Amino acid sequence: MITDEESCRHCFACTDVCPADAREIIGRRMTVGEVMAEVKKDVPFYDESGGGVTFSGGEPLAQPEFLLELLDACGRIDLHGTVDTSGYAKKEILLQVADKTDLFLYDLKHMDPDLHLQYTGVGNEVILDNLKALSCRDVAFRVRFPLIPGINDDPKNVESMAAFLQKLHRVCSIDILPYHDVATSKYQRFGYTYRLAGVRAPDAARLQEVAATLSSHGLCVTIGGTDHEPANSQSQKSEPRSQAVHIP
Amino acid sequence: MRGLHFKYQCEKKTIYIGPGELIVGERGPFPKSVSTYPELNCHSVEDLEILNSRRMTSFGVSPETIEVHSKKIIPYWETRCMRAKVFSNIPREWKDYYEAGAFTEFMEQRAPGHTTLDGIIYRKGMLDFKREIAESLAGLDYLNDPEATEKAEELKGMDASCDAAIIFAERHAELAEKMAHAEKDEARKKELLKIADVCRWVPAHAPRDLWEALQMYWFVHLGTITELNGWDAMNPGHLDQHLLPFYEKGLAGGTLTREQAQELISCLWIKFNNHPAPPKVGVTAAESGTYNDFTNINLGGLKSDGSDGVNEVSFIILEVIDDLHLLQPQANIQLSRKTPDHFLKAACRVIRKGYGYPSVFNADAVVTEQVRMGKTVEDAREGGCSGCIETGCFGKEAYVLTGYLNVPKALELALNDSTDPLSGKRIGLKTGDPRAFADFEELYEAFEKQLRHVIDLKIRVNNYIERMFADFAPATFLSVVIRDCIRNGKDYYNGGPRYNTNYIQCVGIGTITDSLSALKKHVFEDKTFTMDRLLNALRANFQNEEALRLTLVNKTPAFGNDDDYADSIMQRVYATLFDAIDGKPNTKGTEYHLDMLSTTCHIYFGKKLGAAPNGRFAHLPESDGTSPSHGADRRGPTAVIRSLSKMDQLKSGGTLLNQKFLPSVLAGEEGLDKMVSLIRTYFRLDGHHIQFNVVDAETLRDAQKNPDNYRDLLVRVAGYSDYFVDLDIYHQEEIIARTAQGGF
Repeated sequence: MITDEESCRHCFACTDVCPADAREIIGRRMTVGEVMAEVKKDVPFYDESGGGVTFSGGEPLAQPEFLLELLDACGRIDLHGTVDTSGYAKKEILLQVADKTDLFLYDLKHMDPDLHLQYTGVGNEVILDNLKALSCRDVAFRVRFPLIPGINDDPKNVESMAAFLQKLHRVCSIDILPYHDVATSKYQRFGYTYRLAGVRAPDAARLQEVAATLSSHGLCVTIGGTDHEPANSQSQKSEPRSQAVHIP
Repeated sequence: MRGLHFKYQCEKKTIYIGPGELIVGERGPFPKSVSTYPELNCHSVEDLEILNSRRMTSFGVSPETIEVHSKKIIPYWETRCMRAKVFSNIPREWKDYYEAGAFTEFMEQRAPGHTTLDGIIYRKGMLDFKREIAESLAGLDYLNDPEATEKAEELKGMDASCDAAIIFAERHAELAEKMAHAEKDEARKKELLKIADVCRWVPAHAPRDLWEALQMYWFVHLGTITELNGWDAMNPGHLDQHLLPFYEKGLAGGTLTREQAQELISCLWIKFNNHPAPPKVGVTAAESGTYNDFTNINLGGLKSDGSDGVNEVSFIILEVIDDLHLLQPQANIQLSRKTPDHFLKAACRVIRKGYGYPSVFNADAVVTEQVRMGKTVEDAREGGCSGCIETGCFGKEAYVLTGYLNVPKALELALNDSTDPLSGKRIGLKTGDPRAFADFEELYEAFEKQLRHVIDLKIRVNNYIERMFADFAPATFLSVVIRDCIRNGKDYYNGGPRYNTNYIQCVGIGTITDSLSALKKHVFEDKTFTMDRLLNALRANFQNEEALRLTLVNKTPAFGNDDDYADSIMQRVYATLFDAIDGKPNTKGTEYHLDMLSTTCHIYFGKKLGAAPNGRFAHLPESDGTSPSHGADRRGPTAVIRSLSKMDQLKSGGTLLNQKFLPSVLAGEEGLDKMVSLIRTYFRLDGHHIQFNVVDAETLRDAQKNPDNYRDLLVRVAGYSDYFVDLDIYHQEEIIARTAQGGF
C-alpha cells in the first residue's frame, strides 16, 4: 500500500484495510465517558498499588474543559489524578485545574528567557510565574528537568534553577530526566529533521554532578523520576504509580 | 504381592552413599539413574536406543542394559505388561482419537502418581503405621464386609512395605558404618556414624531432630517413587511448616545453628536434583519433555487453623533455592491475604533473578476450590498446589491427573465433519458440513458435540485403566502414608484416601477462543470471507492466502486483551468444558474435575493440529497453560490479568499464567513493589497462579529475528514501558546490551 501524500485526505480507511496492521491511526477523538471506561478497567490495580491516572500529551492544559471534566470524573470515584504539563498556559486555567488535581509534573527546561525561546519557540516568563502561583496552592507538584547535554546542563543554568526553586513557597522535589533520542524515529515518520542528532545521553558522572548542585540548595532530587536511582537519601516513594492518558 | 515385590527390591537393590552426602538414598545404584518398570510399560529395544541417542532429555543406556532387555525382559513382559493388557482392551475409537492427538493418557506409561504428603511422617514412624495396620486388620468384619478379604490382602501388602522401608534404611546404616571404619578423615567419619544412627532410627520411628526429619522424608519419597513409576514424583508439601518444630527445638537445645539447618536442607535439595523423571517415550515424552519430575515444594500458605504459615524456615528455604537454583525441585509460595508482604517481597527478589521459580499460588482461592469439591476447611487449608498447578489436599487425597485434552482439535473435527485432516481418517461423530452452518450457534453446537464425545470417551477408558491399576498395580507403600488408606483397608488407587479426584487438563484455551472469535466475526458477522474460502485456506495451510491469514491474526478480537467479545467466548468454552467434565463419576465413588494446564503438551498437540482459524500455521504450538495465544495479547499485562480473571477459576482445580518480563521492568525497590501489586491484584480477582519469566539477552536476540513469537514482551524504555518488538533497532540493541551486562 502506497500513500500519495498530495492527494491523501486523511480518511484513515486504509488502516482498516491493511491486514498486517502496518498502518495505524495514532490518536482518536474520545468522549469523557469513553476515556473513563478505559480508565476504570484498571481500578483493581490502582486500588492495590495506590496508583491513579496521569494526564499528559502534548499539553493537557490546551484542552482545559475536557481535562476538568475528566479530573471531576476521577474525583467522583476517588481516583488519584496527575497532570503532566509544560506550564505554558493561562494562569487562571492552571489554577482552575489545580483545584481538581492531586499532583503536577511540571517541566522546567531553561531559566534564560532567550535560550528558552530559541529552543522551545516560547519564552519562560509565563511558565516561571505559573510555577510560583502553583507553589502557593495546596496541590503537590514535582519539577521535571529534562537534562540535555550542551543545551541546559551548564552550571549557570543549573544554579539559576536551583536558586529559583529554593525561593518557592514550598520545598519541592525535582526529577532530573536524562536526555534520550527515542523521538528520532518519530521525527522520521513525520518527515521532519531531527535537529539534536549528535547529542548523546548524559553520563552517570554528569548526572550526579547536577544532582549534587541541586540538592545542595535543599531540594529533593531524583534521577529518572523513579526511586531506584536516588540522587540523595531524601528521595522517597510517596508518589503513586499512574496510568498515562495522553491528550495530544 | 506388590508389597512383597517392593520388599524384595529394598532388600536386594544396590545402595549407594555419595562422598560428602548427609542425606542418603538413591532410587538407583547411583545418582541420576532410574529404573524401567517393564511390568507397567515394557520399553522396546528401539525405545531404549532412542532414549540413549536423542538430543533432548536423553538417558544413557548401556549396551549391557539393552542386552538384558532384549534377551530376558522384553520376551517376558512385552505382552504381559500393564500397557499391553490395557491397550488390547481399549476400543478402536479411543485409539483413533489418541493417535490423532485429541488427548493423552498419563497412565499408558506410568502409574497414576503424584500426590503430596502432610505432616504425618514427622509424628509417626513405620512401626507406628504397622501398629495401625494391625489394628485395622484386627477390626475387619469377615462376616458382613464383602471386601474384607481384599482389604486384608491390601493391609498385609502395606505391612510388608513398612518392613521394606525399614530394611532399606538399615542397609544404609550398615553401609555407612562400613564406610566410617574405612574413613581416614575424622570429620567425615563422624558424619558417617551420624548417618548410620539416623538410618537406624528413621523411618522406623518418628524423627527427633531436623536431620532425621529430612532423612525420614527422603526415605518415604524414595519408597513412593521406587515401588511404581508414578506420574510425577512425591512432594513434601508445606515443608516449612513441617520442619519448624525440629528447627526450633534444635536452636533452643543448642544442637543446631541456622547455617547447619540451611546446609542440611540444601543436601535434601541436591537429592531431588539427582532424581530425574523415569524415561518417557513417544507421546508421553512429548507431553512432558523434561527431566523434571515435578516435585514442587510449598512455602507460606496457611496452617489448618487458618493462620499464616510463614515462619523462619520459609525464609531459610528461600535462601537455599536462591543459593542453589537447581533444575529440581521446583518451589512455590502459597500467598494468602494473611501472608505478610515482606515474605512476598523476599520471594519476588528470588523470582526476578530468572530461575523460573518460585511460582506464586493463591492460597485463599485454593481453599475455596477445595471446599467447593467437598473437603473440610481444615483439610483444604492443609492442601495446596503441586506438580505444575494442581490443587489437592496434602496427605489425604489421591488427585490423579488423567491426561491432557486438545480442545482446539474438537473444533478442527467439527470443521471437517469428523475427518482428521492430518491423517484423512474418519474419527468420531459426524456433525454436518460446516459450509451449511447458518450462524455461529450452529458452528458452536457442532464443536460442543465433538468436544463432549471426546471427553466421554476419555473418561470411559480412563475409568477402565484406573480399575486395572487398582487391581494389578496397587501402591502399597504410598497407601501407608496417605490417609485414610490404612483405616479403610484400601489402596491409594482404589478409593482408600479420604478424598479422591480425577483431573483432566484442558489445553489451548487461547487458541480455541481466538479461533471461534475469528469464525464468529469474519465468517458469520462481517462476512469478510465465506466459510468455504476459510476452510480451503486452512487446508492449504494459508498458501496464497497471506492477506487472509493476517486479517485473522490482526483483525480478530483475541483473548488476553480485556476485550469482552473474545473473553465471553472463552467463558462459554470454559462453561462447556466444566459442564462436560466436572462432576462426572470415577470408579472410586467420587468425581472428575478440570484444570487448565498444558506443561509442554501444547507443543505436541500443536503438531497434531492443522492450520487454525486464528491464523496459526499448521503444526505450530497451541497456546500454553491458561495464557493467551502467542502474540495475541497486545494491551499489556494488566489486560492479560483482566481477561484471565473473567474465567471462573475457583471452579477449576488449577490454572497457569506465565508472564514474561525484562529484568529492568522489575528492577529496584519500585520493581518489587510492582511485582507485589501485580500479584496481589490478580489474586484479589481470584486468580489461581502466576509465574514470572525474566528474559535474558539471548532471548532478546531471538525476539529481533522472530518478532511474531515475542509480541507480548514488555520492556522498560526510558520512563515508560513498551513492547520490545515495536522498538526501532537502535533501542533494541541498547536494551540487549544493557540486559547482557546483567545490570538493572
